[in-house]
Amino acid sequence: MGVGIGCGGWSGGVREQTNKTIHGVSCLCTLQGTVFPLHIKFPLRRIFPCPSIVFLFKKFVTLPRTTSNPFINLVLMPTKRLIGLFAVGAATFAVVAIAGLVVSTMGTFLVNGVPHLSWQFLSEAPRNNNTEGGIFPAIYGTTLLVLVMSILGVPIGTITAVYLNEYTRAGAVLPRVIRFAVNTLAGVPSIVFGLFGLGFFVQFLGGGMDKVLGNTEAVWSQPALLWAAATLAALTLPVVIVSVEEALKTVPREMRESSLALGATRWQTIWKIVLPNSTTGILTGSILAIGRSAGEVAPILFTGVVYSLPQLPDGISSQFMHLGYHLFVLSTQSPDVDKTLPLQYATTLVLLLLTFTLNFAATFIRSRLRSKQIR
Amino acid sequence: MGKKPLETKIQATDLSVYYGAKQALHRISLDLYEQEVTAFIGPSGCGKSTFLRSINRMNDLVPTARITGHLGIDGVNIYDSSVDVVELRKRVGMVFQKSTPFPKSIYDNIAFGPRLNGITERKELDRIVEESLINSALFDEVKDRLDASAMGLSGGQQQRLCIARAIAVNPSILLMDEPCSALDPISTAKIEELILELKKLYTIVIVTHNMQQAARVSEYTAFFYMGHLVEYGKTRKIFTNPSKKETEDYVTGRFG
Ligand SMILES: Nc1ncnc2c1ncn2[C@@H]1O[C@H](COP(=O)(O)OP(=O)(O)O)[C@@H](O)[C@H]1O
Ligand SMILES: [Mg+2]
Repeated sequence: MGVGIGCGGWSGGVREQTNKTIHGVSCLCTLQGTVFPLHIKFPLRRIFPCPSIVFLFKKFVTLPRTTSNPFINLVLMPTKRLIGLFAVGAATFAVVAIAGLVVSTMGTFLVNGVPHLSWQFLSEAPRNNNTEGGIFPAIYGTTLLVLVMSILGVPIGTITAVYLNEYTRAGAVLPRVIRFAVNTLAGVPSIVFGLFGLGFFVQFLGGGMDKVLGNTEAVWSQPALLWAAATLAALTLPVVIVSVEEALKTVPREMRESSLALGATRWQTIWKIVLPNSTTGILTGSILAIGRSAGEVAPILFTGVVYSLPQLPDGISSQFMHLGYHLFVLSTQSPDVDKTLPLQYATTLVLLLLTFTLNFAATFIRSRLRSKQIR
Repeated sequence: MGKKPLETKIQATDLSVYYGAKQALHRISLDLYEQEVTAFIGPSGCGKSTFLRSINRMNDLVPTARITGHLGIDGVNIYDSSVDVVELRKRVGMVFQKSTPFPKSIYDNIAFGPRLNGITERKELDRIVEESLINSALFDEVKDRLDASAMGLSGGQQQRLCIARAIAVNPSILLMDEPCSALDPISTAKIEELILELKKLYTIVIVTHNMQQAARVSEYTAFFYMGHLVEYGKTRKIFTNPSKKETEDYVTGRFG
């Protein structure tokens, strides 16, 4: 399924070759969107469907002729074989496409972005209408956003997952409602999250806070880092919940029972046995989910990000700059787009490095966990 | 043995257990005696584990499980609504077929139960850990590495650690569900020896598929078949002179 989406995204991306940067980013976003949700559920080697190709091939193409029934031999088998060949072909295409994408886009950004990376670029603010200078405020804003989002999203996601996985019985109404809500949430386009964030967090919550606190001018009822982080946390929630649940499920039933048999309450068992034994999985899943949304622009568009800032945000009620949005600004809003091309490449590279660092951190923790389990 | 008067520790009367619509135990009535070892034997799926798990209410964890009848410990019906399950489980220890040490140090494994009971004083914990390890015949093998991970112990040692962990909360009953079925003969022999020691302190119920083991460690034996208690009595009688045909067939290995 992910493979199909990958192909779709790829061919969609090809048509859009007018702006190379945007094309590349959209491809990579598609790639991330395709790969990482899978990544959370399956081991890394499953991302690239090589084993599945072999499996498909075995399943459909090399069928033995074991019957004399003409319908099976003349209709069913050839049809199956055709489907099989098609599946194998599609899967192979997807592998080649994904591999090609990774190599070509990463290559492009490395070749064009690295020369422009410098200490000044990383540590200075943009100058001259974003055509010169660095991107430090955007790095700062993105990092802060990711931090606040994690602080908001991971605990809520973990608590929800613990509730769903440990406290509810299959078939009960409330967990089913929650699951339905979570699944629905996962399917909502991210721009809708942005609008939701504006309506709910900025206007409703923020407006309410200003009223309660008696602020005469808008303090909380305007787009801010806090609201952008909250919106992103909401966007990330379904993925966090699913991956934490997966982590909780790796704790064997016997271990829980041993704890309960010793007279531990359910909560003591969760706190002392289940959570400590799934910390690594919870961390991995959360980091992947966070890495996935660190580059999201749509949800923060109405809730806190700005075009440029005179100074760094001085708190969570300030607005902020963001790498992804900055890239968009550079490549579409600049008076001279060609002049900013090196800036675009370098910015993209920094954004990718940031998200990839998160992903690699998760993979690293996961492999550590694996080797521990084997012992 | 046989000098002390027999006292009933666990008393089941018309105990039935259902999993959904399926009845796993049919009106079981039997008395288990204090400080004796009782063996449960019978073919797989006959309800031995179900009965065992009814004694510490582990079946409460199975959403579909339903229980009728009476199960008393020291004269109190443990399915009475006034009974605190957590307290009950502290009095009824359990050792599982698969040894399940927590991925913690040996010390922390054994101190887990006492800590739940609010014991935090290091001296007291040290004493409990040492005593439990001595009583589970593991002390000499691990005394120099109490802080090492319990996962590094051998299978037999892990199972004795689980026994130590269970007795560290000072229960009066010890339930063992096929504790040796995953162990080699030497480890099995050690555990059997241990069971004979432990019966001086605890009422022990052991599920086993090994007839020789039942004969070696238990004073009483209950034979279950398809959710029914077929025969219950002195182990020697069950093995040498059973009154039911099914029992004889089973203990002589003709089926099961
Ligand atoms: N959690 C459960 N849900 C449904 N049926 C169960 C469950 N546990 C056991 N059973 C059924 O109850 C019967 C008795 O099982 P069990 O007590 O485990 O037998 P034994 O320990 O003697 O092998 C079996 O038929 C088994 O399939
Ligand atoms: Mg069993």
